[in-house]
Amino acid sequence: MAAISMRLPVIRKVVGPSVSRDGEKHLVIPGDTITTDTGYMRGHGTYVEDDKLIASVAGVVERVNKLVCVRALKSRYNGEVGDIVVGRITEVQQKRWKVETNSRLDSVLLLSSMNLPGGELRRRSAEDELAMRDYLQEGDLISAEVQSVFSDGALSLHTRSLKYGKLGQGVLVQVSPSLVKRQKTHFHDLPCGASVILGTNGFIWIYPTPEQKDGDTGGFTTNMEPVPLPDREVISRLRNCVMALVTQQLMLFDTSILYCYEASLPHQIKDILQPEVMEEIVLKTRQRLLDLEG
Amino acid sequence: MASVVLSEPEKLYILHGVQEDLRVDGRGCEDYRCAEVETDIISSTSGSARVKLANILVGVKAEMGTPMLEKPDEGYLEFSVDCSAYATPEFECWGGEELGAEIAATLYNVFSSENCVDLKLLCINPKENCWVLYVDVLLLQCGGNLFDAVSLAVKAALFNTRIPKVRVLEDEEGFKEIELSDDPYDCIRLNVDDVPCIVTLNKIGHRHVVDATLQEEACSLASLLVSVTSKGALTSIRKMGKGSLDPENIFEMMETGKRVGKLLHVALQKVLDEEESLGTSREKVGFLG
Repeated sequence: MAAISMRLPVIRKVVGPSVSRDGEKHLVIPGDTITTDTGYMRGHGTYVEDDKLIASVAGVVERVNKLVCVRALKSRYNGEVGDIVVGRITEVQQKRWKVETNSRLDSVLLLSSMNLPGGELRRRSAEDELAMRDYLQEGDLISAEVQSVFSDGALSLHTRSLKYGKLGQGVLVQVSPSLVKRQKTHFHDLPCGASVILGTNGFIWIYPTPEQKDGDTGGFTTNMEPVPLPDREVISRLRNCVMALVTQQLMLFDTSILYCYEASLPHQIKDILQPEVMEEIVLKTRQRLLDLEG
Repeated sequence: MASVVLSEPEKLYILHGVQEDLRVDGRGCEDYRCAEVETDIISSTSGSARVKLANILVGVKAEMGTPMLEKPDEGYLEFSVDCSAYATPEFECWGGEELGAEIAATLYNVFSSENCVDLKLLCINPKENCWVLYVDVLLLQCGGNLFDAVSLAVKAALFNTRIPKVRVLEDEEGFKEIELSDDPYDCIRLNVDDVPCIVTLNKIGHRHVVDATLQEEACSLASLLVSVTSKGALTSIRKMGKGSLDPENIFEMMETGKRVGKLLHVALQKVLDEEESLGTSREKVGFLG
């Protein structure tokens, strides 16, 4: 039975982020004067004109001693060494792959930074170069860690651990990088029955929890079996919850996603994306998170 | 057309999901996403509508012109579609021309049936003057399922169109003069009961889905576009895509299209009537909401 819901638009306020905990945030838009005091050093997002420090991006002013910079609220992903990212292969070149990670330049995954099947350690030969497309093709998704940053800002990735590698069946959600909280670990096995990788670049990967945990294969064997229906329902519900949290501008981390999932259980999966239901479950999630903080 | 690149396991996941009637966002195969419709947002047109399924804006301008030679006592509709670069960078410069021409051609096809809009109402002076309705569609976002959203927006805009009442005065020498009525609210409205809506059915695996997202469109090789009136009559049918369709599949998809099309009309008419009844007391959202 088809369900079609059409409605008149209503101006909705974003419910999400709680009132600032550390006092007033100094928000600026491009062209706003931050300060006329010349004693400050200018950092990212600022420029000097007529002895005034002016913001060049829209964001929050951050002051560290004499350094003033503006952290943009919505921008492309700026990688740091050690971040975990989820990326999509866009090109296969000689000895390296180009990976799209929602940053200003495509990231680079060198052939030598990639694990060989079986965990062999040897110098990559010409045959390995010719067989690159067998490992990763255009369109494939990978999880990787940032190894270093080139001088032009492009990231160099590596998949040198068995927990990284090609990703199998699942759902990708693309969000703004500023909404993903930096934590100790970004691989979470949620108790509701699915696993999630929170890429720092804003790519969230939701997938069914693999049965055997021993012997991570590094993604060389992809499971092509159909995912059972109960797992699918959990994954769809998680995906809708992530979309709800993003629309209401709440930070994404394992606890917030889990609370949102639990708050959404009384509703049908497809109803979660309706504006009223979204507001209701995000309000409940925010309340629980505030209670948790104490 | 803007499309996303997907990996093989992702496509497989979507395919298996459709087989089990549970799509990635939890919808069934015949469910539409939540759509928002608003009319009368552009004051400089005779009628306008905005549909937030894939963010489309439609404006209708009624202008005077000469009727076509084959149909001297009828007015006509002219469609033009503009794919703005705001939707996707691929539409920059001439990138969106092909898609725009395709959508416009489909609209001409859909409205080619004689009973859709009462064109005789648009006639002022047979063989000399008639109303020409210029329907301009602006695509602001490519969110999958463009044709459905465009047809919904066109129907809503035609419902909202107000054509000023004119009188033809003939004096003794035979000169005809067209007089516009003084009251700005004195106008004729179009009857949109028979205006068809397009339903796109994408074939994914062995089943078909309605209202596909960009990811689902990347997994489907063939799709069928049917235009259905509110009574369930088909006015046009078109196949798109590189893949092939079985005659049995086509029949099933047509039946689904008719069923879903009728529900679509009911839902849209309900929203339009609700908006009409609220009148000027409704807070217009426009593009700031």
